[in-house]
Amino acid sequence: MNNLEIKVCMGTGGIAAGGTDVLSAFDSALKERSIPAELQMGCSMHKVGCRGLCAKDVLVDVLIDDSRTTYQYIKPEMVQRIVDEHIVGGNPVSEWLVKEDYHNFHEKQIKVVLSDCGNIDPEDINSYISVGGYKATEKVFATMKPEDVIAEIKKSGLRGRGGAGFPTGVKWEACRGVQPNLQMGQKYIICNADEGDPGAFMDRAVIEGNPHAVIEGMVIGAYAIGASKGYVYIRAEYPLAVERLKLAIAAARERRFIGKNILDSGFDFDIKIKLGAGAFVCGEETALIASIEGQRGMPRAKPPFPVYQGLWGKPTVINNVETLANIPYIIVKGADWFSSYGTEKSKGTKVFALTGKVKNTGLIEVPMGITLKEIIYDIGGGIENDKKLKAVQTGGPSGGCITPDMLDINVDYESLAKVGSIVGSGGMIVLDEDDCMVNVAKYFLSFTQAESCGKCVPCRIGTKRLLEILNRITKGKGKEDDIELLLKLGSDVKSASLCGLGQTAPNPVLSTIKYFREEYEAHLQGKCPAKVCRDLLTYSIIEEFCKGCGACLRACPAGAITGEKKQPHKIAPEICVKCGACFDVCKFKAVGRE
Amino acid sequence: MEKTLQKLAKDFRENEGNIISLLQETQEAFGYIPEEAVYFFSRELDIPASRFFGVSTFYAQFYLKPRGKNIITACCGTACHVKGAERLINGAKRELSLTDENNTTNDNKFTLEQVACVGACSIAPVVIINKKVYGKMSADKLTKEIKTLRQDSNE
Repeated sequence: MNNLEIKVCMGTGGIAAGGTDVLSAFDSALKERSIPAELQMGCSMHKVGCRGLCAKDVLVDVLIDDSRTTYQYIKPEMVQRIVDEHIVGGNPVSEWLVKEDYHNFHEKQIKVVLSDCGNIDPEDINSYISVGGYKATEKVFATMKPEDVIAEIKKSGLRGRGGAGFPTGVKWEACRGVQPNLQMGQKYIICNADEGDPGAFMDRAVIEGNPHAVIEGMVIGAYAIGASKGYVYIRAEYPLAVERLKLAIAAARERRFIGKNILDSGFDFDIKIKLGAGAFVCGEETALIASIEGQRGMPRAKPPFPVYQGLWGKPTVINNVETLANIPYIIVKGADWFSSYGTEKSKGTKVFALTGKVKNTGLIEVPMGITLKEIIYDIGGGIENDKKLKAVQTGGPSGGCITPDMLDINVDYESLAKVGSIVGSGGMIVLDEDDCMVNVAKYFLSFTQAESCGKCVPCRIGTKRLLEILNRITKGKGKEDDIELLLKLGSDVKSASLCGLGQTAPNPVLSTIKYFREEYEAHLQGKCPAKVCRDLLTYSIIEEFCKGCGACLRACPAGAITGEKKQPHKIAPEICVKCGACFDVCKFKAVGRE
Repeated sequence: MEKTLQKLAKDFRENEGNIISLLQETQEAFGYIPEEAVYFFSRELDIPASRFFGVSTFYAQFYLKPRGKNIITACCGTACHVKGAERLINGAKRELSLTDENNTTNDNKFTLEQVACVGACSIAPVVIINKKVYGKMSADKLTKEIKTLRQDSNE
């Protein structure tokens, strides 16, 4: 044994599961046995970014002479035994090893953007360089003209990963073509890391796991369009990502990959971080620009597009995090390699945040065109607790639902659009039989309604009215023609709103009506089939199961439950506030919901 | 307070002069954006106070009232929502006797906030207590954490 390496998963998921303590437990356990000295071997410990399967955190890799063993669900108190039996004794602790599902989870994935996430130390630039990092920057400055870079990206077929799927090379070319003398010289490139979609965390994971790839993508993009300044607009809700990005920018500047006269090429480019202040609409590019300028983040009409008139009226390219992180790999490995993945119109891979009621929740990267079935059953391992799949929601609050009978659909920009959903930024939420589709639609709409900036009337007032109708439906007070009204109003809001937020806000409602109309109708009859909508439920105690333990009585905030010890209790329906606290605490399933 | 505000105003003039950054720094210094600060900047920098209020009410991040000593942030992202975030929030509200309008306890010890998504969906439902992320939260565990914090602050 010559070389020992320990890698602890420390993305937001890993840290929440106790990654920091695991790493320090390894540190002290190894020091205590004075392993580095005793065995005379190189010994290093790294924190690494997210490798996708956050549900099994803390994940730990033990690499002895490059042979890798992976452990799951590691806690600090388990570290000593791994050190004793595995590192010293040579026998891995078999019951803590990752199981088959960990390998299945990774088997069908093809990692481009995430290829180095979970492998390198995101806080150490040398770690990135050692796996070929900044090779693309060197290649670009040594051998390529800006036009060559644009041609290569166009040839690769890379499309924007932020949602709309606009070809990246075409965007760059348009910005390059704007005459500098007319525009007073300055151009900008902005990295959009304002990942606001609830249920999506691809950008966070990429920045936490491999910030340098994003920086490299920005440098190459800046060179291609002729920008001398760049901004990363990132959510303040991602403190760890901001911290790692700051470190990475400073390290890149020190090595002269950014700053003045990059790698002696005569090209200047520097990057600043702008913290978002918590507004979903700022993911829209014109609103994002307004926010960087320090104003209320309200979108404006397009055209003029930002590539002609963007930040402070200057030509500006805005690219998503994942788009930029693809760039260095395309430059190094070539456009043909990249376009060998994917379908005819959607090239390459896409990162998705697979969440909800699926066994293996986490971050996945798959080739475009993979079927939804493969994602959910092969990678995701199927539905949690073996319940029945009801729908897959993609694209967050701008997206729609896909039903189980459409599982053979190819996941790419065109196919998802055809069934009324979108790829969007990459959130993929799996819903099972216990989820109420009306409630899900209401959830998304209450989000977009709250986030509507208020500039244009159809969005500001239309979303409010839509939400009111949904609210009364879920309260059992819906009117007969409410479904028709939702459809009519929804399509009006879509066609009359100014920006992408309003134009897509009704999608969750329209798509759930299209595929789950019977659930809406059931609500109009005063029933919630999935037993989710509070106002349509009544709670009662099933006497034969009740042991009279008193747990529900203590939990009830309204004092609606009465009963003697060891005797069946009772709920008084007129006092009950339907909070569900009794249902949650009962260990004997003696509380019924109807 | 005056001194801090002077310094912030000076930075504002010397740098790019961005209202959002100025407000973010003000909040960093005081924990919220005091009304006096806005009027001070307005006079000092000759910018109408309405622009400061316009920006600070537009973005969810800014607080115009002081917040509690302990900050509990419940994630309301989609994944957390389908895994029962609403019940967590209702439970915490009951425990802290908070209402929809008032999210800070009367003794200023706790503030309960909701955020759209913290991006830790695979460990949903997620609650952040004083900047530490807790995954796979349950109403029971949350109540316990609140009780511990209350005891700590009483000691």
